[in-house]
Amino acid sequence: MKNVMGIIMSGGRNTKLKELSTMRSSPAVPVGGKYRAIDFILSNMVNSGITNIGVIAQYSFRSLMDHLGSGKEWDLDRKTDGLFLFPPFLSDEGTGWYRGTADAMYNNLTFLKRSNEEYVLISQGNCIFTTTFDDMLNAHKEKDADITVAYREMNDIPMEELTNMGVMQLDSSSRLIDFQEKPMHPNTLNGSLGIYMIKRELLIALLEESVAHGYYDFVLDIIIKMLHKLKIYGYKYNGYWRSMSTVQMYYKCNMELLNPVVNNELLGKLKIYTKVKDEAPAKYNEEAEVKNSIIADGCIIEGVVENSVLFRGVTIKRGAVVKDSIIMQGSIVEENSALNYAILDKNVVLSKNRCLKGEKSWPIIIGKNVIV
Amino acid sequence: MIRKEMIAMLLAGGQGSRLGVLTKNVAKPAVLYGGKYRIIDFSLSNCINSGIDTVGVLTQYQPLKLNAHIGIGKPWDMDRIDGGVTILSPYLKAEIGEWFKGTANAVYQNIQYIDKYSPHYVIILSGDHIYKMDYSKMLDFHKENHADATISVINVPYEEAGRYGIMNCHANGKIYEFEEKPKNPKSTLASMGVYIFNWSILREYLIKDNECSDSENDFGKNIIPAMLADGKSLWAYQYSGYWRDVGTIQAFWESNMDLVSRVPQFNLFDPEWRIYTPNPVKPAHYIAGSACVKKSIVAEGCSVYGTVVNSILFPGAYIEEGAVIQGSIIMSNSRICKNAYVNRSIISEQVIIGEKARLGEGADVPNEYKSGIYNSGITVVGEQASIPADAVIGKNVMIDIGASAADFTSLNVESGKSVFKGGVAE
Repeated sequence: MKNVMGIIMSGGRNTKLKELSTMRSSPAVPVGGKYRAIDFILSNMVNSGITNIGVIAQYSFRSLMDHLGSGKEWDLDRKTDGLFLFPPFLSDEGTGWYRGTADAMYNNLTFLKRSNEEYVLISQGNCIFTTTFDDMLNAHKEKDADITVAYREMNDIPMEELTNMGVMQLDSSSRLIDFQEKPMHPNTLNGSLGIYMIKRELLIALLEESVAHGYYDFVLDIIIKMLHKLKIYGYKYNGYWRSMSTVQMYYKCNMELLNPVVNNELLGKLKIYTKVKDEAPAKYNEEAEVKNSIIADGCIIEGVVENSVLFRGVTIKRGAVVKDSIIMQGSIVEENSALNYAILDKNVVLSKNRCLKGEKSWPIIIGKNVIV
Repeated sequence: MIRKEMIAMLLAGGQGSRLGVLTKNVAKPAVLYGGKYRIIDFSLSNCINSGIDTVGVLTQYQPLKLNAHIGIGKPWDMDRIDGGVTILSPYLKAEIGEWFKGTANAVYQNIQYIDKYSPHYVIILSGDHIYKMDYSKMLDFHKENHADATISVINVPYEEAGRYGIMNCHANGKIYEFEEKPKNPKSTLASMGVYIFNWSILREYLIKDNECSDSENDFGKNIIPAMLADGKSLWAYQYSGYWRDVGTIQAFWESNMDLVSRVPQFNLFDPEWRIYTPNPVKPAHYIAGSACVKKSIVAEGCSVYGTVVNSILFPGAYIEEGAVIQGSIIMSNSRICKNAYVNRSIISEQVIIGEKARLGEGADVPNEYKSGIYNSGITVVGEQASIPADAVIGKNVMIDIGASAADFTSLNVESGKSVFKGGVAE
């Protein structure tokens, strides 16, 4: 896919992630023991052969910038092309904060104009799935589509999630005939993945047209308004897919990674790249009792861990019991403490003899650097 | 050109023949260690952690894996415009091509490389040892004493002193005599193979040594004695941390096992002194509901469904349900199939141990083929070997690289026997 460039929209603040997104945008949330959400779309693009990728950042992008760096880990530190980061900027033409997704791309039009790939793949940055985009490009070419939108039958997630998505209605040839953005009453189960394939020249023309008329949103002002003028087709994705949209989805996705079938689909087939941390391999001491869990490098375990995901450098001391929980990098669970249905953000310390318990449907979250 | 204060020359050409099948295809510095590292990572990480960013790595024996491992030095932050890591292999000269004849000769043949940086000091290291050491402190010591050369030494038990190069020193640390493997050691300060020299002086001695036809061109045997004979100022820098020459199967196994004790003497978790290595692109490891893992080290990409005790698993090791691993080292991407039992063994990379196979059982009989190598009760399986299901394999057994079911004449391999690829020893 040398003929495709990528744009990742890292998006605004997601309040439904609560404490997890106070200091980071949703693509930067840590997932699966060592990744951040954005690693998946970036790796998917790289594994598809896309080497010219722009990441458009808006909300609280420090942790994202720190994570991506020069793109070394994704093999994107290139002389030609590679990884480009586009935080908002002020200039004579630039407008500061992006007013919408279309505006964000319009503000970085130079990147689109300077590139010479025929197609652009636009995607959100906060979804967990592993694929390559060759099939989608082929479908796009076969239908001679103007825009192809990836979607998925959302039959394995709670219905209320659909009210946060774009819901698509297609005719028998997969042509898009109706698109509801965040509908109260979804009329199908086809949720948009927020992934669009489009010719670069067409995208530039649409953005210029749209912003000139004071319209700034790619979905509302381009997809929905142009539904009948443009040939917009749906491309069905059948694999595992989760969006880091709410705390419940975040928790569900991490727990589903404990299922070897899901784990293998996401992490076993194609390589998912991430920033390396040079931790030593995990160490289990004599009292360790670990069952059905994912454990990252740098962990030291002397307690009980069940049905949990432990990120890099987590310490579980003697007598501690951790169940159904997610513990992020550098956190410590001290002696004889218990944790149940909890999400500990980075560098949390749970002191001795403490007990924290959430519910499966409502896991308790402890914010970054907190000492309990 | 920025002048470098000190650059390192890292000797990584040794075979380490006492590691048997582990070093058949790779040089000793490239042997895997501690769940994710190769032995050379310790010296390289010591360099960058000590502020040395220019390292010449001298390779000779089976350098392929070593070259691929080091690459342009990215993991050690040594992909530099000025300096960085450079692989120095033997090369053809105008008239003759020659191998590195000894440690000193290897450096002699690369005088041009060192001259390019015109350093004040050169530190000579070996890529064979497991240790963490701040070379900048040793350099401070070298400068304080206005030394011509400083040799790092470690206190060894008196009984073992005869196996090392021993430095005899005055109370202040000044060396007056060097004895290589003495029968009656006068001191227990053994050379660690870490030397700091003033480059101008070393350069002179390397050239002199090369002209001397009966020299073995070795730092310990020739350069140091020659400098002492000339009354140069040589000092011993005493190091007291964890240092191991993992040169034998037993020493290699024991040093790996040191890492699983509750508070290991050798701490890989020190954030102030990280050990760097190329990171495999693998997910965090998975411990299944049927698994039991105790007193072990488990790397990324492993899947454990069985029992693992007192063992070290490298990236991508797969332990199936019912398998029991005890006191063993399982290297990258090896698979231990259902209900297999592995005791006190070293399993190299990409090995398959068939279902219900049993390794490391029976009497402790030294290996018949190489009794000097496989004699500590440890069974060693070479890389890409495949052990058939239901095989019973004793202690001190050597299974050759790539050996497969066809090479097993019997499913019962008694202690001290070997299985060779193609059926016969080379």
